[in-house]
Amino acid sequence: MTQQNITLISFGYLGKHFLEEIAQAVTREYTYPVIVKESHLDLNEFFDASRRQYNGNKLLTAVNAISNETALKTIGLFSVDLFIPILTYIFGQALLNGQTGIASLYRLSNERYGIEPDDKLLLERFTKEVIHELGHTFGLIHCTTPVCVMRSSTYVEDIDQKDRGLCNNCRAHLGQDHSV
Amino acid sequence: MARKISILIVDDEESVRDSLNNWFVEDGYQVEVAENARKALQLIESSQYDIILADIKMPGMDGLEMLRRIKALKQDAIVIVMTAFASVNTAVMALKDGAYDYVTKPFDPDDLSHLIRNASKQIELSQENETLKNKVSSLDNVEDLIGNSEAMKKVLKQVESVAQSNSSVIITGESGTGKELIARAIHANSSRKYYPLVSVHCGALTESLLESELFGHEKGAFTGAMYNRKGRFEMADSGTIFLDEIATISSKMQIELLRVLETKTFVRVGGNKETSSDFRVICATNRDLKSMVEQGIFREDLYYRLNVVNISIPPLRERVEDIPLLVDYFIKKYCTTMNKPHITIDDAAMQRLGEYPFPGNIRELENMIERAIVIGNGKKITLKDLPFGKDMIDNSIESLDDFEKSFIRQILNKYSWNITRTAKALKVDRVTLYNKIKKYDLKPEE
Repeated sequence: MTQQNITLISFGYLGKHFLEEIAQAVTREYTYPVIVKESHLDLNEFFDASRRQYNGNKLLTAVNAISNETALKTIGLFSVDLFIPILTYIFGQALLNGQTGIASLYRLSNERYGIEPDDKLLLERFTKEVIHELGHTFGLIHCTTPVCVMRSSTYVEDIDQKDRGLCNNCRAHLGQDHSV
Repeated sequence: MARKISILIVDDEESVRDSLNNWFVEDGYQVEVAENARKALQLIESSQYDIILADIKMPGMDGLEMLRRIKALKQDAIVIVMTAFASVNTAVMALKDGAYDYVTKPFDPDDLSHLIRNASKQIELSQENETLKNKVSSLDNVEDLIGNSEAMKKVLKQVESVAQSNSSVIITGESGTGKELIARAIHANSSRKYYPLVSVHCGALTESLLESELFGHEKGAFTGAMYNRKGRFEMADSGTIFLDEIATISSKMQIELLRVLETKTFVRVGGNKETSSDFRVICATNRDLKSMVEQGIFREDLYYRLNVVNISIPPLRERVEDIPLLVDYFIKKYCTTMNKPHITIDDAAMQRLGEYPFPGNIRELENMIERAIVIGNGKKITLKDLPFGKDMIDNSIESLDDFEKSFIRQILNKYSWNITRTAKALKVDRVTLYNKIKKYDLKPEE
């Protein structure tokens, strides 16, 4: 029997080292083995010409459709600008208590805001975003603890304020429903 | 823990409903969705939503019409309208119709979070406000007025009906029956409840002190008047003034009080400027004011001015059925105050309390229970914890006059109201004894 795992699927080139670092951080946080895969989607199908962005709802559905049955949770990793119809942008989204989530590093890089590039910071932000979306798939809602990774972040500065990990409270909630 | 804020999302576009639903659920809100205004109104009629987030442009009934109907149903509903950039003017109309705010689609995630957080804060504040208001009301309300007897029910009914009026009230009853509590309950249930209730114990002050206390004084008005000082009538502006032991005020004060009640204006002692104050007056006495009027001791015009409504509180001995309730209430009160576990009372002690006439009324019972809790074994109040016997204190006695009255009555009863023998026993002459009988309105018990 195949052991349950968390699968990270990269759509587009994100760099092997980059993905491995994220995988290690996810394993540390959720204690499940993490499998990293690369896959391809024709992103043109998800592009909204009027908004010049990619539809996050449709991408989430697509990732959900291709997620492996052996994967306990799957996160699709992107580098394009995501939106949902009601919001101007999103960093990522996930199905609460579901199996799938998506995250994009498009709005996480410094150069997007006219600041010097910082790859280390970009990796840190993206790792937090992936752990955050995974938290939702495990049933965690936004947390009010300032440094908890489950705190809602609407700006990159918000992401920088929090840690990579779950606070004790979120960890306790996680423990009640999942043997993590 | 605070309850979850509930949000109703009303939008004809499924993708919008789903996106907002996911967003708010992840934020820990309780969310429901409706695809049109009609369904939303049905939900609003049957359930309570803290925030309603509604699109303005919907087929059938639009958001504006829905807003008007929601406001007609629930005036304090928080409705946030969602609009396309092109229809901001419509959103402004919605604000005029009572919408809390509007957001232009698509929203910046941060704007949406802020908007909902602010609305949630307003809801929490208004809930807190409501809780505090209720708490304030219940504290001063009828919480301490314990009683299930017909006599007490009648009093509480009178309190309820008189509270909303602005009429003067006289509360009569023996010492210790809870006249001040009744005054507080009237004030707490009146429209003046958010303004002060100012109490003055007229019997405790000399004429000049009472005058200064009631009307205030100007600096230098008398020796020791080093500052201007507001009087109690001024302090009670928009509220209620409670004049306890009103029967003890002098003839001069009666005239002045009558004038103030008629004009609602007064002059501070040592001053020359008229000050006005909007107050309601509640008085209390344990004397028979009517007979004092008949005897010419109390002004008739003042009596009628004060006695618009009379609430007579029965003595405890006339509502014996309330004693168990009161005992239980005082046990809880003092066990909590003294941080002791809740104790009980045994049947013999309760029976004895039921037989006792309680000349000091509820105050006496309260003191008895407090004492029993202090000296008792901490488990059960028994007969030996109650001060029946030598160490019993007559709690109805609050002043030397009370003591003298009680003592004279006791000796008169002892000698079957034989004036000569009583005067001899008291070592006073007969005229003095007659004067005392008249002063204290003593009558042979039937």
